[in-house]
Amino acid sequence: MKTKLIKEVAAGGLLERRSFLLSGFALSSAYSLNALSASDAGSGRIDTDFPQWAKVPGRNDIEYGQPSEHERHIKRIQAENAPETSMFSIWHTPIQNQRGIITPNGLHFSVNHNGIPEINPQHHTLRIHGMVDKPLKFDVESLLRYPMVSTINFLECAGNTASNAVSLTALDQSCQELYGQISGAEWSGIPLKYLFKEAGIKPKAKWVIAEGADGGSHSRSIPMEKLMDDAILALYQNGERLRPSQGYPMRLLLPGWEGNANIKWLSRLEVADTPAYTKDESGLYSDILDSGEIQRFSFPMGVKSVITHPSGKQTLPDKKGFYEVSGLAWSGHGKIKQVDVSADGGNTWAKAHLDGPVLTKSLTRFTIPWQWSGTATILLSRATDEHGSVQPTRNQWREKYASYSFNHYNGIQAWRINSAGRVENTYV
Amino acid sequence: MSDKPTSVFSIHLLLLFGLFSSSLSAEDTATNLGDALSPLEIEKYAITVFPDGTNLPAGQGSARQGKTLYQNQCANCHGLKGIEGPAARLAGSDGWFSFSDPLRILRIDKYPVLLISVGGLWPHATTIFDYIRRAMPHYAPKSLNNNEVYALTAYILHINDLIDQELVLNKSSILKISMPGKDRSVLAWPETNIK
Repeated sequence: MKTKLIKEVAAGGLLERRSFLLSGFALSSAYSLNALSASDAGSGRIDTDFPQWAKVPGRNDIEYGQPSEHERHIKRIQAENAPETSMFSIWHTPIQNQRGIITPNGLHFSVNHNGIPEINPQHHTLRIHGMVDKPLKFDVESLLRYPMVSTINFLECAGNTASNAVSLTALDQSCQELYGQISGAEWSGIPLKYLFKEAGIKPKAKWVIAEGADGGSHSRSIPMEKLMDDAILALYQNGERLRPSQGYPMRLLLPGWEGNANIKWLSRLEVADTPAYTKDESGLYSDILDSGEIQRFSFPMGVKSVITHPSGKQTLPDKKGFYEVSGLAWSGHGKIKQVDVSADGGNTWAKAHLDGPVLTKSLTRFTIPWQWSGTATILLSRATDEHGSVQPTRNQWREKYASYSFNHYNGIQAWRINSAGRVENTYV
Repeated sequence: MSDKPTSVFSIHLLLLFGLFSSSLSAEDTATNLGDALSPLEIEKYAITVFPDGTNLPAGQGSARQGKTLYQNQCANCHGLKGIEGPAARLAGSDGWFSFSDPLRILRIDKYPVLLISVGGLWPHATTIFDYIRRAMPHYAPKSLNNNEVYALTAYILHINDLIDQELVLNKSSILKISMPGKDRSVLAWPETNIK
């Protein structure tokens, strides 16, 4: 067998992907064929070596498929530090168990301030009024007849990874606990500009107050510019109608913008010349700056990345050897251009492979081969987007905000790996 | 919006190449499937209260009137003083050290969102009215009448030392309240940079 030299691209065992793939490294011991015995040819049966499930007919399928019973432990977890007022709940997606860039619908993260309403779609109405020529209302059936587009985007809660922003010591938490308020999906629906065009927007209109049909009538003020750009009225998620926890029968989708503004159970759009300063844009979803100023309407989520494989609270199965480091990067401003990975605490960096497709305002999967020597080290990832915005370090991020401000945290994540292979959240 | 020149131009083009069948593109949306919304229906649902007072209803109430209501309907979640949680903190300034509650750090540890308060951050009193009316109390949203919502708004302003307990809040007096969060506000939209 031809042997190729596997190039190291940064210290700590980060390998060049191309030379690694060409080397036959992973396959070198896989092709030792067992010699067949020539005797007993006629009486031989093949059943002895096959598993039980290959020797009986399988079961029929069911109406709505479910994951294997062996994967049922892959679940969302509920954050414990939400205020315990009945229906304010935060559910984190298990990104450390997923590959690719699409989150299964049942595992998509969900934050609900007033619970999930049970909406009968036959009695749901979308109303558009305010600074329009023709105030309009739409039922669900009519909206399903409109021309639709599909777009693959991430959705992230403004408070994702908040504990790394405010906790003075790095909490020993999993990727799911720290980063679980991020998901990716294909959303299908009607470009909102179609509906606004039908209603006729008055020239002075600058904002739209979007409101849901939940118990709290959750509302946010959204700039008209965004709604006329890439916003959609989403009716489908990953090919099926929205789940109740994602806004059934319809939600606002604002690609790249903080989750809270993507109003679920959308039922009203009031066109105005000013924002309304609704509850969340007045308090919880504002950012307190280091100067003491309160920053409002900071909609796009900044460029961010995290290594999901391996990640917090996991233990590497072997004390040393080959691993593929893999993770997710995203930017609310556009496409991911580059992700750098360090396996020596940030002294040296190597460019990770971006697994296609690389889409705007979407999760982007990155990978890099890694030969772990078995000694303690720190893994880092640092994303750069197409506008040249680079993910800040935790300290750079914290310099801008008050010590207790936690929204829009996008500092570089550090995973410490000890010599026993345990992975822990750490600050560098 | 001036679509006409484009449409006329594309019709000419289509005719020129003998392809004329329809002059509408998806952008023009022939799907006019919305129904007219009547002024009466708009009035029923237009509950968003703007900082300039738009959509504020008639009615009135004072903090003195709001106190009993607060104790019966709100204190269970927000605490008798509006600071104890577990639901969002209503009174006081924001931040780790600027508030005099001795148990504050413990409470923050349990409920991080209690760091920020309505009195400390919210720039407009109209938002308090808006949110109570649409969403409170949590277990029975939209159950309070407009007088009760004015009275509870007054009570929250009062426990933040922003108004006297006798001040009658209504659609004009609420616009004169000056909230400390307003002067501290900076707006990130429109975007000045993309960092």
